[in-house]
Amino acid sequence: MIGIAIDGVAYTYPTGVRALDGVDLAVRPGETLAIIGQNGSGKSTLVRQLNGLLRPGQGRVLLDGAEVGRRHVAELARLVGLAFQDPDRQIFSGSARAEVAFGPRNLGLHGAELDRRVAEALEVVGLAGSADVNPYDLGYSRRKLLAIASVLAMRTPVVVLDEPTTGQDQRGFGRVRAIVATLAAEGRTVIAISHDMRFVAETFGRVVVMRAGRIVLDGTPADVFAEQSWGVLASTYLEPTLAARVGARLGVGSTPTEASLVAALTARM
Amino acid sequence: MTIRLAGATYRYAGARSNALDGVDLELAPGSVIGVVGANEAGKSTLCLVASGLAPVVVAGSLGGSVTIDGRKTITMRPHELAQRCGILLQNPEAQLSGTAVTVFEELAFGPRNLGLPLGSVVERVEASLETLAIAHLAARDPARLSGGQAQLVALAAILALRPAYLILDEPTSQLDPQGTRLVGDALRRLAAENRTGILVVEHKTNLLDRLTDSVVLIDEGRVVREGPAAEVLGDPALAALGVEPPPRARIRAAIAAAGLDGTGVTDALLLELAS
Repeated sequence: MIGIAIDGVAYTYPTGVRALDGVDLAVRPGETLAIIGQNGSGKSTLVRQLNGLLRPGQGRVLLDGAEVGRRHVAELARLVGLAFQDPDRQIFSGSARAEVAFGPRNLGLHGAELDRRVAEALEVVGLAGSADVNPYDLGYSRRKLLAIASVLAMRTPVVVLDEPTTGQDQRGFGRVRAIVATLAAEGRTVIAISHDMRFVAETFGRVVVMRAGRIVLDGTPADVFAEQSWGVLASTYLEPTLAARVGARLGVGSTPTEASLVAALTARM
Repeated sequence: MTIRLAGATYRYAGARSNALDGVDLELAPGSVIGVVGANEAGKSTLCLVASGLAPVVVAGSLGGSVTIDGRKTITMRPHELAQRCGILLQNPEAQLSGTAVTVFEELAFGPRNLGLPLGSVVERVEASLETLAIAHLAARDPARLSGGQAQLVALAAILALRPAYLILDEPTSQLDPQGTRLVGDALRRLAAENRTGILVVEHKTNLLDRLTDSVVLIDEGRVVREGPAAEVLGDPALAALGVEPPPRARIRAAIAAAGLDGTGVTDALLLELAS
């Protein structure tokens, strides 16, 4: 169980693009947090600070009280698992099984324990039947799931998923949602970046909205998708869910999800 | 003048089964056809086959017939295909040239290869940047964009070719909601004003709801439903075939299931708020 504290973090890429412009964010152990915001608002840059892929230009990132920059890369790999937005940037093995085994093997696992971890991770993402397939013979949506499986197999206390539902059909979407729920039930911290407002509203306890490298909203889905927040959402190219718009129009309060809309209408009857 | 698939069947080299299995489809100028289906149903293969890239570039065997403006794709050279039909692949980063140092030059790459005079190249690049509201990215390095920005740049690069047909494989998968809306509006304008024929694969069924004239539902390489968007996307069987119904249809179903029909959630309200 480890907490995350991001204090006044700013980051400018060598090209001069200032991607983070003073971010303060504390994430409690076991929290499920979604980061939303327009394309290029700094979401991916922010999560890359968590496992040391990028180091802050100003400010600091603390994992379990110790600064990320002072931790060893191997140590960070045990703490924070990150599935990239583009799976093709992280997949390199000749089979799905080997891809998922790479991480845990580097943690020192071998034999039956390693096999069990790999089998479990492939099972969770629905790729148990494709263990021997070359990842590049899988479609894009399955490569995404494979990248997630390789992170799950590390069993890190913090799991970061960058746009995990991209390209997923209804079943894949359900799998990703179930994965987040399972990780949360195990007390692990889950941080996801997403443009899928329904996924965000239905799956996460807390939502952070980014605009131009800063956090502009932070709250529960009911807070962030409430009518008074719509102006801020629009300023970072986001829109409330249809359920939230229907609830606001009918005056039944903030109903970010379809289930909350049904519950609010039922309560009013 | 049309892209026509007649009994099109496709099997990738080395595969044991057909990825596409007897598909009939016509894409006329000015029309927008949406394609939905579960993962691995054959949607991306349909894109490759309709654009002629399969089997001209992607190895495999094609059965039936696929023609672009009357010419069989198997007899066409890659550059001839590219002049008629622009295709956006699922992973935008896989299609950036890797040779351009700025987004502007990335967009100019295609038109320059068409042998256009410099003035026309510049005009096309500027128009494409404008269409997708990414003029502010013109001087950026294409290799250092966010996922969504890369997707818009890849699409703009294809628009700069001004092809008669556009084949788009999940063009908005990495875009924020307003970026998605912007792409939808741009595509609708291209179809209406330039008579571009557009085939678009999407999981975002709410986008197809607004954008398309008709929708085809693919399952195991076959077309199992086709018709007006509202009809196909409102089909209760959609979810069973692995396709997420649009929010409008989901809310309507949830309201009905909870016995809340009299609470003011009408079809008219949903239609108004969804658009």
